Amino acid sequence: MPFDPLRSLSAMPLVNRLPTGPYYGILAEFATPADLYHACERVRDAGFTKWDAHTPFPVHGLEGAMGIRRSPLPWIVLGMGLTGAALGFGMQWWVHADAYPLVISGKPYLAWPAYIPITFELGVLFAALGAVFGMLGLNRLPMHYHPLFRSKVFERVTDDAFFISIESWDPRFDASATGKLLESLGARSVELLET
Amino acid sequence: MAQTEAELLDNPVAGQPTLILRSPDFHSITEAVAGPVEGPAPIGWWLYFIPALALLGLLGVAVSWLFWEGIGIWGLNVPVGWAWDITNFVFWVGIGHAGTLISAILFLFRQKWRTSINRAAEAMTIFAVMCALLFPGIHVGRVWVAYWMFPIPNQMSMWPNFRSPLLWDVFAVSVYGTVSVLFWYVGLIPDLATMRDRAKTPIRKFVYGFFALGWRGSVRQWNHYESAYLVLAALATPLVLSVHSVVSMDFAVSILPGWHTTIFPPYFVAGAIFSGFAMVVTLMVICRTGFGLEHIITLKHFDYMAKIMLVTGSMVGFAYATEFFTSWYSGNPYEGFTFMNRAGGPYAWAYWTMITCNVISPQIFWFKKARTSIPILFALSIVINIGMWFERFVIIVTSLHRDFLPSAWGYFTPTIWDVSCLLGSFGLFFTMFCLFVRFLPMVATSEVKTVLPQADPHGQAGAKRESRGHHAALPGQPTPEGAS
Repeated sequence: MPFDPLRSLSAMPLVNRLPTGPYYGILAEFATPADLYHACERVRDAGFTKWDAHTPFPVHGLEGAMGIRRSPLPWIVLGMGLTGAALGFGMQWWVHADAYPLVISGKPYLAWPAYIPITFELGVLFAALGAVFGMLGLNRLPMHYHPLFRSKVFERVTDDAFFISIESWDPRFDASATGKLLESLGARSVELLET
Repeated sequence: MAQTEAELLDNPVAGQPTLILRSPDFHSITEAVAGPVEGPAPIGWWLYFIPALALLGLLGVAVSWLFWEGIGIWGLNVPVGWAWDITNFVFWVGIGHAGTLISAILFLFRQKWRTSINRAAEAMTIFAVMCALLFPGIHVGRVWVAYWMFPIPNQMSMWPNFRSPLLWDVFAVSVYGTVSVLFWYVGLIPDLATMRDRAKTPIRKFVYGFFALGWRGSVRQWNHYESAYLVLAALATPLVLSVHSVVSMDFAVSILPGWHTTIFPPYFVAGAIFSGFAMVVTLMVICRTGFGLEHIITLKHFDYMAKIMLVTGSMVGFAYATEFFTSWYSGNPYEGFTFMNRAGGPYAWAYWTMITCNVISPQIFWFKKARTSIPILFALSIVINIGMWFERFVIIVTSLHRDFLPSAWGYFTPTIWDVSCLLGSFGLFFTMFCLFVRFLPMVATSEVKTVLPQADPHGQAGAKRESRGHHAALPGQPTPEGAS
């Protein structure tokens, strides 16, 4: 098989893979956060795995209703923070003991109490960078193209509309039955989206 | 109008204080916040923007002349080697702190009222840090070697002294600026997506869309997003306390009477929050009336902020008294002289301006009438910031101008270039803030929506669903669909 850069890129775990085939999936709109919450519980219990809900603001408890695990992000942040602090302390130690040893105000080369502020600041800097870029990585962002953006009603997801999207490569996906299920859960509108 | 609003806020429904008035729906919040950004600029905006731009131009002239001629154009000289430059630096860093307090510390304490003002307060932080970074940058004289402050390998094989508080300051303020920008941007992503989805012109769609990063509001995304936001708040909280502590160590680690004191870190942090909240009040009064956001930024918010100003103002008052007590109790004649000289020497006018503005004037906030009166709040917020600028001036200049040898005493008088740099920094701050309210949503709509009653899936709207027979399944409990 010839080397295909796009294919190898999409095989990386950090790049969002989209369903192949004629349909991306089904998008259903719900009227209120409560309607969405109950519908999510049903979709979760029906055994779907490749699906998502979309809201203009974080709805309290919806992760539980969808059965999503806690984000592993704090572990990334902890690792980055410790790395930053270690690098910060190591840099100061190396500079004053090895690279440019100079006695200033009679302080020892390893004047560790004086190294604490910069150690702390660099720990915070690395941790914050880890939090932001870790979040973007886990969320597969930036991703400026997505089949959901083809839907006209989906423009209101950042305003006042609530959605469930079920992707077509979910083993339980069936274009008509899944649509009927979402309708029975009180969906305002159900739309089949192309890839 | 103000009376009715105050009455409304005094009658909370079901024990929850009302934070947003006129019980809006989700769409009307979007409309109220995104609308002003999309329409043509109101005439009032130009009335702020043009003077601010003019002052920014003045800053450009003053800084250019400073680079050309050297810091001799300022009034500082031995013995007052630090004057308005460092006063302005500490003043602006302090302003920034209220923004982080509102966005991070109040978030950790689950203070929901912060949602209406946190975006603008965070923007204020970033612009204040920009102004703050300007002054240490230009006061070094030979600005073209300012990179010596950073540990960059260079042809001289020379490294900075990490054991100096001045270098701690470089790191603290740079990290603070960076983390503030990151925190602000993460908060902006969902609202930038709102602007993208509402955009009518291709340019707006492209620019907002580019920075929205393709946000889809998916719950799997919100899950990581909320985790990131919480972590950033938890990181920014100790950071903000460390930054002004480190700034205070620029003074406290020296051996100069008037500077060499352990009370400085907490005292500086309290003063920073005090002045920062005053600046938030100034800006929020302007935004609320200028853009018709009275139902989102309510008198309740001003009431809370006035209480914080009362507390922190009294804390700095207590710190002033403690400094005097310590100088007397230490029995050190130089310490004693410095403080008597502060209150009764040539700079007594500055000292008593500071006391009047910072300690006496906020006491009016013991009265609820004052806490919910926009004119009083606006006037006092400006008085407090004048007082807080004088606090830094008093600490820096009165400690320096008369040190151990009377033959080396002096008196600092500012030149026109000192004044230009201070006014110009306000120009930079207000120009940035005007651009912010013009092009970005100044209220975090995705956060304000969460404090509306209908945002709770278990609230009244949820009860209605359940009465129709769709009973919520407990997690893990099988349902007819799940069993099939």
